[in-house]
Order: sequence, then C-alpha cells, then structure tokens
Amino acid sequence: MLFAIAWRNLWRNKLRSAIIFTSIAVGIIGSVVSDGFMSGMTDQRVNAAIANEVSDIQIHNPAFLLNGEMQYQIPDAGQSLKKIESIPDIKGVSLRMKTSAMAASANSGAGITILGVNPAAERKVSNLHALIIEGKYLSVKEKNPTVIGQKLAHKLNLELGDRLIVTLTDSSGTITSGAFRIVGIFKTANDRFDVANVFVNKKDLSNLIGYPANTGDEIAIRLKTNNQTPEAMKALHHIFQNEIQNKEIVVRSWDQIQPLLKSMISMMDYFSYIFLFIILAALAFAIINTMLMAVMERTREIGMLMALGMNKRKIFSMIMLETIFLSIVGAVLGLLISIFVINHYATYGFDLSSVAKGLNYIGYSSRIFFRVNTNFYVMSMVLVVLIAVLSSISPALKALKLQPAKAIREDI
Amino acid sequence: MSIIEAKNIYKVYNETKVPVNALNGVDLKIEEGEFTAIVGPSGSGKTTLLNILGGLDLPSKGDIFIEGTNLKDLSSRQLINFRLHNIGFVFQSYNLIPVLTAKENTEFILELQKVPKKERMQKALELLEAVGIADKVDHKPGQLSGGQQQRVAVARALASQPRFIIADEPTANLDSRSTNELLEIMAEMNRKYHSTFIFATHDQRVMDKAHRIVTIDDGKIIGDETFKGR
Repeated sequence: MLFAIAWRNLWRNKLRSAIIFTSIAVGIIGSVVSDGFMSGMTDQRVNAAIANEVSDIQIHNPAFLLNGEMQYQIPDAGQSLKKIESIPDIKGVSLRMKTSAMAASANSGAGITILGVNPAAERKVSNLHALIIEGKYLSVKEKNPTVIGQKLAHKLNLELGDRLIVTLTDSSGTITSGAFRIVGIFKTANDRFDVANVFVNKKDLSNLIGYPANTGDEIAIRLKTNNQTPEAMKALHHIFQNEIQNKEIVVRSWDQIQPLLKSMISMMDYFSYIFLFIILAALAFAIINTMLMAVMERTREIGMLMALGMNKRKIFSMIMLETIFLSIVGAVLGLLISIFVINHYATYGFDLSSVAKGLNYIGYSSRIFFRVNTNFYVMSMVLVVLIAVLSSISPALKALKLQPAKAIREDI
Repeated sequence: MSIIEAKNIYKVYNETKVPVNALNGVDLKIEEGEFTAIVGPSGSGKTTLLNILGGLDLPSKGDIFIEGTNLKDLSSRQLINFRLHNIGFVFQSYNLIPVLTAKENTEFILELQKVPKKERMQKALELLEAVGIADKVDHKPGQLSGGQQQRVAVARALASQPRFIIADEPTANLDSRSTNELLEIMAEMNRKYHSTFIFATHDQRVMDKAHRIVTIDDGKIIGDETFKGR
C-alpha cells in the first residue's frame, strides 16, 4: 500500500507535479537534444573527413611526412597494394601522388596540394566524385582533366572548362608547369579543403613530373565501416611489420592523421556531460523545493501516520518512493519526447543554412543529423532518478523529525 | 490489573524558556471495557493527558504504564510499534489518508501489522459494515461526509484490535445527527467487542453516553464520577 500511497500522492497537487514532470522532461530533452546535436556535428565532421579528405587509414614514407617531397615514395607500392587488398573489410585502396604546387589562373594564384589519382581506385576510397556540383569527375579517357573545389574556383576566378596552370617541382628538382582542363567542380562541407586540394589523373601528373605512374607517396585505405579501424590497423601492422620496423613506411589511422578530430569528439562528449550536470543541479533544487513543500503541507498527515504506528523507515520510504515516481514519470516523458526529436532530426537533419557560410568555413555541414548513444539515454534517466532520490533525502529527514502529537494538531 | 495506570504525571512545555505546566500530578487508572470521557475547559490539559495516555508524548515527570509496560522505558521505535499493536486513535479532524479509499484506510493499519491480505480485506469490510458504511467502501475521504469519515476512522481504530482507543474530540466537527450515530456505533463496539474508549470532549452528548467522567482543570483531576447502568 506504500506504493499506492506514494503514487496517488503524486496526483494530489496536479499542477505542482506537472511543473516538476515538465522540469525533469525539459531537462532531459535539453541534455539529450544538445548531445544529439553535438554528436551529430561531430559525426558529420568525422564522417566527412574520412569520406572526402583523409580516408580511414593512410600509409606514407616517414620522410615524406617530414618534408613532403615526392622523392620519398612508398617502396614497392604495387606489392603493398596487393597485400592491403587481401585484408578483409577493405572497401578500397588508392595509390596517390601527392605534392605541393602553385595554382594559377589568368588573374590570381594560390598554394595548393595536387593529388594524382587513379579515378577508378579513388572512387572506392573517396566520396569526392559524389560531391561534384558542376561538370563531372575525373576520367582516364580525357587528357589532363582536373577537378577543383568551388572555393578555389572562386578564388582563382575559374569556371568549368577553364585551364588551371600548376607549377611544381619535377623528379629532377626542376620547376615545371602544366595545364589542366577543369572538368568538374566539387564542394565539400569544408571550405579549407576545397580551396587547397586539386585532383588530377595520376598518369598525367606522372608525365608532367617524371615519376613512374605505378609509384606514389600516399596510399589511402577505406574500410567498409569506420569502427573497423582498430582491427584493420592491427592487420596492417602485422603485414608491414618489417617495413614499419625499418622505418620504410608509417601507417596512420584517421584520428592520428587529424588528431584534432579525435580531441573534438572527446571535447563534445565532455560538453554534453557538463550540460547534463548543470541541468541535474537545477533539477535537484526544484525537487528539494517540491518535496519540502509536500512534506510541510502534509505535516498533520505524516504525524497521523506516525501516531497510528507507521515506523520511520516506512515514512522515509514513502517520501523516497514519491520522489522516485515523480522523477521516473518526468524522465520517461522527457525520454519519449527526446527520442521523437532525435529520430526526427536524425532522419531529416537540422537545418542551419542561415549560418552555413561560417559552418562550412570550419568544416561543418549546415544540415546536422542528430545522433544519441543508447548509453546517454540510459545515463540521463538513471542520473535524474539518482539526483531525485538524493534531493529527497533532506525533506524525508525533515519528515522524520516531526513529533506526532504536535504534527497532528498542525493547522494546514 | 488496569489497562492504563498514570502515576503522578507532570507535563511541562517550553521548559527552558517560559515554562507552561500542562499537567500537574495526574493519577489515573483506566480499566478494560471502560467508556470514559475526560472533560474540562479549553487549556485544562485534556489533550495533553490523552497524548500521554496514547503514547504520543511522554510525561516530563511520572510514569505511564500500559498493562504493566512503562512507556518511558521504550525507545522511539518500540513506542511506535507499541502504539501500532495496542492503541487505536480517532482524531477530531478524522485524519484519514486522503488518497486511500475507506476500505484501504481501514486495511492500512492491518498492513502495518503485517496481517495477510485476504484476512485484512475481510476484516476491513466487516468493520465498515459494522459502522454502517458498507456501501461506501470504495469512496475516498473527499467523497464522504464528516460523519462518514469519522466512522471510517472508528473502523480503522478498531481494526488493529487495540487494547484501548483514544478519541480526541471525535464529535467536534459533526452535526448532532452524525454525533448521535457515531456515539451509538462506538457504544455498540464497546458492548460488542468490549473495546475500551477514552474520549477528550466538550460535548455534552458524549458525556451523556460515558460510563465514567474524569474532570480535569489546570492540569489536575478535580472530579472522577462513574455512572453505572449506562
């Protein structure tokens, strides 16, 4: 009957209970939705970085990473590709020629990274072919095609069909120039990537700078799913054990290539928890206040229960149960609404096109697809109930201090 | 042996600031089956005495024995348990649990006594029938009149099969019809179950039904009359 009393007591002051349910629900919705938003932003940034920019894993000659010169190539690249392809869960492998260059148009210039790729292999590694907004992706059938980012096109005042002049160092160390016809313009969510990277056919770049077309200084690897990275890294370290030991190559996962992304994930998680704890602290005060009022309003009733012979443990449990019910109802309500909101924005995305320019500049898309881990839902629920229980200890102790003879005569 | 024996009871409130002597050396014995009214003007100490007899408060000085147990020797937990099994209460403002029905209110005390569900349900219905509200067992206190609520309170007090029932101004909030009906019910319970009732009252109608009237003033018993044949 203790459960019945505690449950029914919730509905005695419907307005007050409704305010608390709403506070708890709004608190949970706030923390879950903010987590969903931040996780969505992080996911989008990480996924975009992997899909369009760095891929899951890259292999380089360690010396190349130090000075970026193309002479530091991956030894026996063809054989390495075959070994990598034998690993299960590999979606694609692409051997790239990558070097710094100056890009120029008739009226402007920019420092860029030029990547010579095999279009067929690159399609399996990078999603860039799907982000062409004008023209088409690279093809081996054409001579000297290039795809460039929309931002670079604007900067150099170039259009589809225009020629892009690049100046770079060839295999003999001589400065050389080449012209590439713009066949496609891409746009990712990262302006800084778009302004700095130009893609050409590897054989055309090879012809220009004199390195054989079957060589390269970067191997980009894409996995079937992102979360297989640790296993794939393990397999690669096993396959290239000797080369790694001899410092001929270095194998790095996306989070090692862009440590900022990794720290961003941790930072977003951290923010979510801070937000959750601020909300919980505010809830704690609301619950203490509500339960204190509930106890004070029912002084006579609690005195009567004590007079009849209800022991202190049961009085304490009754108030605790009331708070637990109060918090569970609020938390369930909050979770249901949160799940609905998260699912909605996970499907349709949250439109931030009004601030798209700023977001794109720092590498974020203007449409955020929310995501919340089940753990976060469970944790929010458990913490809310826990905080509610802790908050009701003080009001419950106050109830226990009542003297039945005095409490029964209390005017309410 | 008397059910209750109060020996030289003193009760002082506010001992450290402005002391108020509520009881000044009360000696009282209550026998089993008595239907006793404690009467006196406001502030005479009726309620204080009743609280002490009912184990809701302890005397500042003196001893209170319930069937040989000195309540001063009991810990707070033992005192609560003692009340649960030995003393029934009927309060002036009914003091039912507002969220429970009449049946649940009556059962509640039996649940505290850990009586099995079937047994307590049967007993609650039986008592509610005895106090004349068998048709309102599923009504909550807010759906009952004052007289009906007080009948539920009587049923609840009797449910635990206490050694005696303390009733503090039970008719104060009732109209004369309800008062007469309630008194008749309590008198019937007294006759039928030999239940001991101790009232604190101002109400002449209660005094007229009482077998014994203890008069108190300024914290002292100034009269004690027994009426045989009532």
